[in-house]
Parts: sequence; structure tokens; C-alpha cells
Amino acid sequence: MNDKGKIVAGLVIFLVMVTFPFWYNLGKAAPAPEIVLSAQAKAAGACVLPKAEIKTEHMQLLDVWRDTVVREGQRVYVNAEGKKFDMSLSNTCLDCHSNRKEFCDRCHTYASVDPYCYDCHIEDPKENDQ
Amino acid sequence: MKDLPKAKDFYSRLAHRPDSASDWMDVPVEIRKGMYCYAANPKSLDTLGFPYARDWNPVEGDWKLPENWQQIIHEGFKERLERFRSFKVFMDICVRCGACADKCHFFIGTGDPKNMPVLRAELLRSVYRNDFTTFGKLLGRIGGARPMTVDVLKEWWYYMFQCTECRRCSVFCPYGIDTAEITIMGRELLNLLGLNIDWIATPVSNCYMTGNHLGIQPHAYKDMLDFFVDDIEEITGVRVEPSYNRVGADILFITPSGDVFADPGTYTAMGYLILFHYLREKYGFDITWSTYASEGGNFGFFTSHETMKRLNSKMYAEARRLGVKWILGGECGHMWRVITQYMDTMNGPADFLQEPVSPITGTRFENAKSTKMVHIAEFTADLIRHGKLELDKRRNRHLKVTFHDSCNPSRGMGMLEEPRYVIRNVCDHFYDMPENTIREQTFCCGSGAGLNAGENMELRMAGGLPRANAVKYVHEQHGVNMLATICAIDRAALPPLMQYWVPGVDVTGLHEMVANALVLPGEKQRETNLRGEPLEGMEDDSDE
Amino acid sequence: MNVKYMYSFLAVIVLFLIAYVGTEAVGLQWLFGVLIPYAALLVFVIGFGRRVMSWARSAVPFRIPTTCGQQKTLPWIRPNSIDNPTTTGAVAVRMFLEIVTFRSLFRNTRMKAKADGRITYQLELFLWLGALAFHYAFATVLVRHLRFFMEPVPVPIKLIETLDAFFQFGLPVVYLSGVVLAAAVLYLALRRVFIPTVRYISLANDFFPLFLIFGIAFTGILMRYFAKVDIVGIKALTMGLVTFSFPESEVLKGISGLFYGHLFFVSVLLAYFPFSKLMHLGGIFLSPTRNLTTDTRARRHVNPWNYPVKVHTYEEYEDDFREKMVEAGLPVVKSLEAAAAEKE
Repeated sequence: MNDKGKIVAGLVIFLVMVTFPFWYNLGKAAPAPEIVLSAQAKAAGACVLPKAEIKTEHMQLLDVWRDTVVREGQRVYVNAEGKKFDMSLSNTCLDCHSNRKEFCDRCHTYASVDPYCYDCHIEDPKENDQ
Repeated sequence: MKDLPKAKDFYSRLAHRPDSASDWMDVPVEIRKGMYCYAANPKSLDTLGFPYARDWNPVEGDWKLPENWQQIIHEGFKERLERFRSFKVFMDICVRCGACADKCHFFIGTGDPKNMPVLRAELLRSVYRNDFTTFGKLLGRIGGARPMTVDVLKEWWYYMFQCTECRRCSVFCPYGIDTAEITIMGRELLNLLGLNIDWIATPVSNCYMTGNHLGIQPHAYKDMLDFFVDDIEEITGVRVEPSYNRVGADILFITPSGDVFADPGTYTAMGYLILFHYLREKYGFDITWSTYASEGGNFGFFTSHETMKRLNSKMYAEARRLGVKWILGGECGHMWRVITQYMDTMNGPADFLQEPVSPITGTRFENAKSTKMVHIAEFTADLIRHGKLELDKRRNRHLKVTFHDSCNPSRGMGMLEEPRYVIRNVCDHFYDMPENTIREQTFCCGSGAGLNAGENMELRMAGGLPRANAVKYVHEQHGVNMLATICAIDRAALPPLMQYWVPGVDVTGLHEMVANALVLPGEKQRETNLRGEPLEGMEDDSDE
Repeated sequence: MNVKYMYSFLAVIVLFLIAYVGTEAVGLQWLFGVLIPYAALLVFVIGFGRRVMSWARSAVPFRIPTTCGQQKTLPWIRPNSIDNPTTTGAVAVRMFLEIVTFRSLFRNTRMKAKADGRITYQLELFLWLGALAFHYAFATVLVRHLRFFMEPVPVPIKLIETLDAFFQFGLPVVYLSGVVLAAAVLYLALRRVFIPTVRYISLANDFFPLFLIFGIAFTGILMRYFAKVDIVGIKALTMGLVTFSFPESEVLKGISGLFYGHLFFVSVLLAYFPFSKLMHLGGIFLSPTRNLTTDTRARRHVNPWNYPVKVHTYEEYEDDFREKMVEAGLPVVKSLEAAAAEKE
């Protein structure tokens, strides 16, 4: 019985599958996204939390904010520096970061994260006001 | 038998919890009386031209090994890895999940952890790692590797001859790892050093010279069948006339010689004679026995692939010489594994034979169109199905029958329904054993693969425990008193097993029951069955 | 204390520390983030290929399938075409069920020898369940990780992520596969420790991959839910690996040592794979007791190394026994006279 052909074919298929990402991205450059800070954000100079922290923990913070607002009716957040903020995604976060597509979405898309925040919170609150 | 512990004491000694404080590699092998078979007689090895024939004793320290024995094992191992993908793959891929552990009749019956199939394979695998894998060489003991030493060799020998190559573990293994393959290779390697057991080597040598394991010479073979002819005449009033070595017969019949030799197999042999006579009288069936190919079994299979081929060659050679159309094979276990999975490849193609067709029913045995060899249970089932046999079931009605699927016809062939069909048509009472103990999950008799010697009786009773336990269940539930088999080793091995574990259950071959039920043309009123036991109540059954 | 699992456990801890300290303290991000992963993948690909080819080179001299059901014989007896497959198609079905559903393991029973002398065999599916959970969870985790190696992330991968996070609890949303993987590995490891027979047969080679995979799952879970890491930086690195255009060292240095520990575990697993029992991934396809047809009596199998053997021919046999055969009335090819004449 000569089954070497079959075995080699199976092996090649397997190894192609294993190295699939190399083939898939062949000839494509996929640099990490550059995020754009809006003018307001730049002007503010600092976020609610230090940069490294807000980068990794913003989802947790928003979760806490939501619970605090909805369950306790408490709306004011005080950060480590004693600065006060309104606990609101739309009015605080997106107020500065008014450019969701260039700020939030770039990383979310890159990392294939699909937060359900925006299921309720509308695209751009400013636009809605008008 | 008398040295054995009492059956009920056996259970209390059984523990299936290995001492987990110790590492199995540190547990030295203890070659224990009752559990091993005697070393091969050097004369037998010489007859076969096997290497290193010598007197040696397994329980003595010095096995008189050749000086370069390690090299012989290493090279033999290497050669087999190249020749058998099964061996190589099975050496590499076991994950030791333990699914096989409690599937082995020897583990169940002895509780010896090295009888877990996985560990039996590890005995070889540990050496494989050491000799043939980078990681094994690098990591040594912690990588599961160990060098080949005399103690390891002794361990191999002890446990390779505590496996009956029944393949039950391979049914449950998620990768189909077959311990039979491992044991076959292990035994081949041991044979390279002249380390066989006599219960295998001498039958092999006999078979090579005389055509059968028992060393029955041609005239004696005929004599023995002549005794059966006389007995049959006495019981039925009909004189059957078997023919031998007859050139020009339609069909050649080959069956294990054990059935010519010892009860209760002899009754099965008488059954064949009666069936063939019936078919000849009624339908002109033309079959011949052979004294040259007078062995269906093949203990060469328990020695090495080469030896298996040497012994098996007689079947086709004799069929060709006699000019028959095809071959009919008797009830035997490992014989049918050899025929089903090896014979055509080794000694075929059998292009000088014809595709088997039953001359009586016209059925083409398409499943055997290449080997040209049909199992007698298939043949008889087909006859019954076509109503070609006049059967009087009442003659078997004192029997409450259960059927022991023999390992090889089940797991190396898949012949499960044919024998059951035959039994149901010749007996009134048939009860299967619990489902996890029959068909492809059947338990070995504990004496297969050349281990049915006398000196290892304790091993045999232990290995047969799971089978006996299942028989005991139907014996107690349904009053089963007869254990039917289609294997000559079973017919030799099960009677003492039943006597030990389930007194009150006897052992029979399929065709003994067929012959007891078969109404021969011109027969007299039968008063006894083939065993000479009176057929009680046959006269007044019209009242029922 | 069992050396086998303690050594394996320690090995995994040490491996983690090497990568963690190597990056956090020594600054070897390039080594652990780029060089070692490449080397590991290379070892995996070459090692896997070589191992499979070494199997392919070994012959399949006989067709030895384990028949686990009724053979195909007489037309009125229903064959079990999956467990006793006579056609290539049926073998494909058997193999598919074996590989995808672990069918043989599904037969698993547990033997119990009771005090009254009865021996029972009960269906025992925990091993099957544990194995299935482990393999499928691992596969899902693997596929999910393609999000780090593809840009843009294709819809099917996103879909799998969504399904994996089906219950939408926790934040970030909990992936079931990760939890199941860790739990299954833990189960498989614990049974090796607590079931006496399995403990007895287990080698360090059995504990090590389990601990290693647990380490992978554990560090992964840690990074996602607890000690969060710079995902965008990580993806910049992983994309760099598959496109050969690496981010600046600053980005690499900005990634937590936890990630390098995770990546080092994966690298070790890849490199270890071809030399270990994990090769059952490839081996199961080549198991001769499963992947061959059972029509061995109907179709001849050819052994590539079949060689002639010494046999005892009929002629030799007749020479040995001629007189006795003639005396018993058995037919002979050569009469006594002819044989005697020949001798002279």
C-alpha cells in the first residue's frame, strides 16, 4: 500500500493551516492604528485616570460608573487628584473624545473588540442636540 | 489445579489499586510460579532454525543470553519500527489516558498494574524512548526512558507472555492502539534471543514438520478420525466416510487439530463429519480433509510474523496441490485472524482458487472472494437460512446456551451474528451474556495466544475471571448450562475455567450442537447425543 | 511527593519566571517576543513534518483494523458499516467520528469488582467529556486568537468570538472557552493525581503539557480580566510577527512581562509538541487499526517487504511419512517404489 501521497497532502494542508496568518497577511502591512486626539482632549491635557490606567481599565471604570449612576443615583466621580467629573459616557468621555471613529473605534476594531456601549449610547450626542 | 487458591479467596486478593508511592520502573519483576510458562525446548527451536536454542530456566538468574543481546534487541527494534507503521505510531502517540487499564482481563483478574495494557506497552516504550528518541536520550528517567537491562528483558518476557493478544483494549483506545501489536513485536524481539515458551515453540515445531500443532502424524490423524467415525456409527447408525488428501475434491477443509485430539473439541470434529456426510448424501457435497494442512490454528502467529507465514503457507499450498475450488475453515479463533488479516497478503494471491460459492445454496461468499476461504459458521448459517438442513432442535432442548465470542473472530473479523443465528436454529434456549462482555467487547478465555499450558494455571484462571464472571451471571439468572464457542483454544481452556469459577456449565463447539440436531438420512432413533449422554424425554415430547 | 508532577510543575513555574524576569528586569523583549516564537514555530513545523514523514516511511504490511461490529457477509445479515467498514467512504466516516467525537472513548466503561464476587462494567463518560471539553475549548481559543494575527479581523473569527462570549457576563465579556479549557485541564490533571491506576501510569511527560497548557490558559485569563495588558501593543507585535514588520522597541517594552510569559509558554508548547505524545494529533490519522478497510478477505493487501520464507513442503512431508501414509491407506504422490528408486 502506498499512501505516502495522501499523507504528504494531509501534512501540507495541516502546515498551511498552521501558518495561515502568514499567508493571509502576505503583502499587507497592518500597522497599529494611530489614534487622533480631538482639540478638546488635547486642551484638557489629562483624562480621568492616568493614560496607562485609562487605556487598560476604561471598560471597568465605565461599568462602575453605570452601576453607580443607575443604582445609587450618585453622579459625581472624584479621581485621585481630587478632580470632579460627571459620571457619563456621553457627556464626559465623548465630550472630549468627540471623534469616536478616530479615537474609540480604531483600537476597538484593531483588537476586534465590540463593546455594547454603543448599542444604546448614540453615535455623537452633539449631533443629536442640533 | 490443586495448587490454586480457592475461587472465593481469589476475589479477596484482588486489588486494582497499584501502590502509588512507588514508580513502576522501580518495581522489579518477580517471575512467579503459576504465572509463567516453561522455557522452550531447544530441540523445537532447532527444528525451526531459530537462533540461540538452549536450555534455560526463567526463574534462574542467568538466562544464558548471547553476549551482544542488547545490540540484537536494539537492531531488531529498529527493523520493526521501519517495517510496521502500527508499531512506530503506537510507540509515539499514547497519551496514557488510562481508558485501556481496566479493559484487560489479565489486569482485572490479577490486579497486577503491569497488566494494564498501557503499562505493558510502556515496558517497550520506555526502551524505545531511550534508544530512538531525542527527548528520551536527553531527559532519561524523568522523560520516561530507561536503558535495556537484563531485568527489563525479564520483565518483557514475563508480561509479553501474560497477554493473549485479544485486542479488547484496542476497541476502547481513542487512537486504536492495539496491545496485540505491541505483544507481537515484543515476542518477536524475545525470539531473536531464543526466549520463547515451550507451549508455543513445540507446537510450532510440530506444526512445521507434521502439519499440526499436536504433532499428529498422517496415519494417526486418520486413525483418530476413524475413531470418530466408529462413534458416530454407534450413536446414529450411519457410517460417515471422510476422505483425506484427495486430489480433485471440490473443497478443502481445514480445522484446528485440537478438535481431533481432546474433548470437548472432538465432538465438534464429529459434528463436522456428520454435517459433511449429510451434505454429501443429500446434495453431493464433495470435501476432503488434509493431513498435511491438518492445522487451522497458527502458533507461529504467537512467535513472529515470519513463523506465522511459514506455517500458514500449507493452506494454500495444499489447496493448490489438491486442485480444490476453495477452502472451508473450521471453528477456531486466532486461525481466523490469520486468515482474515494476514493469509492473503503473506501467501496469496490465491488466484489458483475460485471465488467461493456454496454448491448447495448457490450463495457467493463475496466477502471471501480474494482469500477464497469461508468460515464454517458462515457456511452453515447460509445452509440453515436456505432451509437445507433438517434439524431436530428437541435433541438440544436440555441445553441452556450462552455464546462466548472468541477474541479474534470478534475483533479481527467481526463474525458476531452468524454463530448466534446457527445456535438459535439448533437450540431452544439461548441467552446472551451482559452486553459489555460480548461481541466486540468480549472477554478472552484467558488462555489464548499460546498461554493454555498447564504450569501457568493460576494465570489462566485469573485471566479467565471476567469471562467466567459473565457466564456465572447468566448461569445464575437463566440457568445456563452450556457455553458455546467457535474456537478450539476455548474448547480446551474454558472447561477448567468453568470448573473453577462456574461449576455446572459445560463447553461445546457450534457444530457439535448442529450435529446433534441434524437428522441424518437413514439414521436410527438416537438415544444419546455425541457425548454419549442419554437424550432424556425424547420419546414423550408429543405430549407437550 | 510525586517527582513526576512536582518536576513538571516546577518546570512550568521556572519557564514563566525566565520569560517574566527576562523581559521585565533584563529587557529581552526581542528575544521572548520575536526570536523565540519564530524558532518555536520553525521547530514545530519541521518537527511535525519530520515525525509524520517518519511514520509514512514505515510500511503498512498488513491490514489489521480492529473490527468493532458485525462483518459484511451474507446478504441477510446486517453489517455494521461504520465499525466494520469495508469501503473507503465508510472508513472516512469511522475516522471522522473517531477524530471529531472521540467515538472509541465514548465506549469507555469502568470495571468494579464487588465484594460479593460480581464484576460490573458501567458506562463511564467523564474521561470522554473531559477530553472533548478540553480539545474543543482549546480549538476555540486557538481560533479566537487569530484576531491577533489578522488585520482586518475576518467576520467568521468575530462570529466565533461573539458565540464564545454568548452569555455576556463579566467585563471584559467572559469567553467560555478559556474557562472551560482551564477547568478541563485541571480535571485531566487531577484525575492523573487521584485515580490510582492513572497515577501509576502517568509520566512527567503527561503532567508537563497539562501544566503548561494550564499556564497558558491562566496567564491568558489573567491578562484579559485581571492584570490587563496593552492589547494594541500586543497586536502590533503579533501582526509584526506574521508580516515581518516589527513595531518599535518602545512598543515591545511597553507590553507587560505577563504577556511574554504567556507567549513563552506557547513557544515552549510548540517546540515540545513534535517530540511528545501530543503528536497524537497527527498519529490518529495513521492508526492502522482504525484507518483501513476491513474487507481483507475480499481485497488483497500487498506487503511491500513480503519475502519468501522457508517452508516444509508437501513433498518433504510425504518423504518423511510415506511408509506410514501408504500403510494407513492415505494417497501419496510418489509410490514407495518410485521413492526407493529415486534414492538409489
